Amino acid sequence: MSDVSAGELMVAQAAREIRDGETVFVGMRLPLIAFVVAKRTHAPNAIGLFELGIVRDEPAPELLYTMGDNPNVDGALWCGSMLAVMGMLQRGEVHAGFIGGAEIDRHGNLNTTAIGTDRQHPTVALPGSGGGADIACLAQRLIVIMPHDKRRLREKVDFITSPGFGTGGDWRRRAGIARGGPAVLITTLGVFRFVNGEAVLASHHPTSSVDEIRAKTGWALRVADDVRTTEMPAPDVLRLIRGYDPQGFWTRRGE
Amino acid sequence: MSIAIGCALEPAIPFAFAHEVIRQRKRDLALVGPISDILFDQLIGAGCVARVEAAWVGNVSAGLGHCYRRALEQGIPRRIEVRDHSNFSIAQALLAGAIGAQYIATKTLLGSDIARANPTFKEQASPFDGSKELLVPAITPDLAVVACQVSDPDGSAQLNGPWGVTYEAALAAKAVIVLAENVTAQPVIRHTPNRPIVPATKVTAVVHEPGACHPSPLAGMYQRDHAFFQEYHAESRTHDGFESWIAGWVTGVPDRAAYLRKLGARWQRLDARESFEPMDR
Repeated sequence: MSDVSAGELMVAQAAREIRDGETVFVGMRLPLIAFVVAKRTHAPNAIGLFELGIVRDEPAPELLYTMGDNPNVDGALWCGSMLAVMGMLQRGEVHAGFIGGAEIDRHGNLNTTAIGTDRQHPTVALPGSGGGADIACLAQRLIVIMPHDKRRLREKVDFITSPGFGTGGDWRRRAGIARGGPAVLITTLGVFRFVNGEAVLASHHPTSSVDEIRAKTGWALRVADDVRTTEMPAPDVLRLIRGYDPQGFWTRRGE
Repeated sequence: MSIAIGCALEPAIPFAFAHEVIRQRKRDLALVGPISDILFDQLIGAGCVARVEAAWVGNVSAGLGHCYRRALEQGIPRRIEVRDHSNFSIAQALLAGAIGAQYIATKTLLGSDIARANPTFKEQASPFDGSKELLVPAITPDLAVVACQVSDPDGSAQLNGPWGVTYEAALAAKAVIVLAENVTAQPVIRHTPNRPIVPATKVTAVVHEPGACHPSPLAGMYQRDHAFFQEYHAESRTHDGFESWIAGWVTGVPDRAAYLRKLGARWQRLDARESFEPMDR
């Protein structure tokens, strides 16, 4: 199975994070496919919320390039205003939300706003929060997906767009954040779980190793005592992913 | 002048309006919206924009917005000011504007640097229980521009598909311009008076503009032109590339009808209407 792409592995892992019956804020890109996989395998009763104002109990029948594509509208359970779904989020009714980022630190704080210290004159202007900061503040738990690179997994991010555990400890409570926080960080190389507000390597993908991950992580890596190899996608899961994204638009991006 | 546009996020984006703004060389606009896909990037690259109040500016399926990057990083073609929002905070700012409230108190963005980077926000202890909350002040745009499938000539406009913040933005704005795929005086519009986005009394102009949203999708009318976003991303990588893209697709065509003719068969292939009748374009 050496031909499994990092994107496919990440989708399969992200799908495992969705539990049956949960209400999930589905993000863009890989999480869109993770929601499909979860629905068609272990979580048939999951509900997907899309921030532009869509609620789905059945995944869209074809690949989505954005959550506003017509196939995501047709057959939706409900379609209307953003405030309705953001309201559910603020009321605490959303179990999990997906988010990606350009930079993350060991406490799970994410930057999608700007690289550089002056926000109005950045080195790199990133697109911004979208709904990311809302999900990070208000979902019961956060699932983070991003490429693994030393420039991305940093000791400190330049701008906290979407708060994780801040500086650790009871930072979220002191900041007034209602609930939640990152539960898992899935990268192109491995999977981290958050223990006491800090990322701990739980598994490395079969194509990687603890040493490679240490070399490509910008903070002093903490490794779980029972660190293991990430479970490969089952053949039926791989078939689902490839059937849904046959060109690899999202799952083989940049390969 | 502040304009809320692209308020349904990825679909129903009034590109035809933005392109006419570029042709008329409007300047110093303040753009308001959560995510308007590449529409904000194009207006910024064309030098029309002084300020952006948004949650996200880029190219949704292709990546970063090259014009947005050039403006912020290098001041090309000019410097712009950014007031950061999240989707929820801008929705609440427009809701406050819509209902005549000074602000909305929210729990989102607490702990985010956005709460400090946007100078219009204030944090306070709730007078009810002392818990922290963020006060998001009202935004009342001078103009909201909305696209929809059908409207009557008075502006009773029906938008099928997700609304995003369209309702709040149209109520918050001082004036509303509707771009309708179809304009009809048929009584059916008045027989379902719960469906128009806002009362037609808010609407100052109705424009019959078929294909107004390409390359974004419009439910029941046409699909999203995914490749168009990829092509724009590649061509706008340099400022010269962007200028030649604008010359080809915006300033090089007199109006939307000519733009659709230039798209040719590609436009026909995006037809998503259930009817098998040829489209009346």
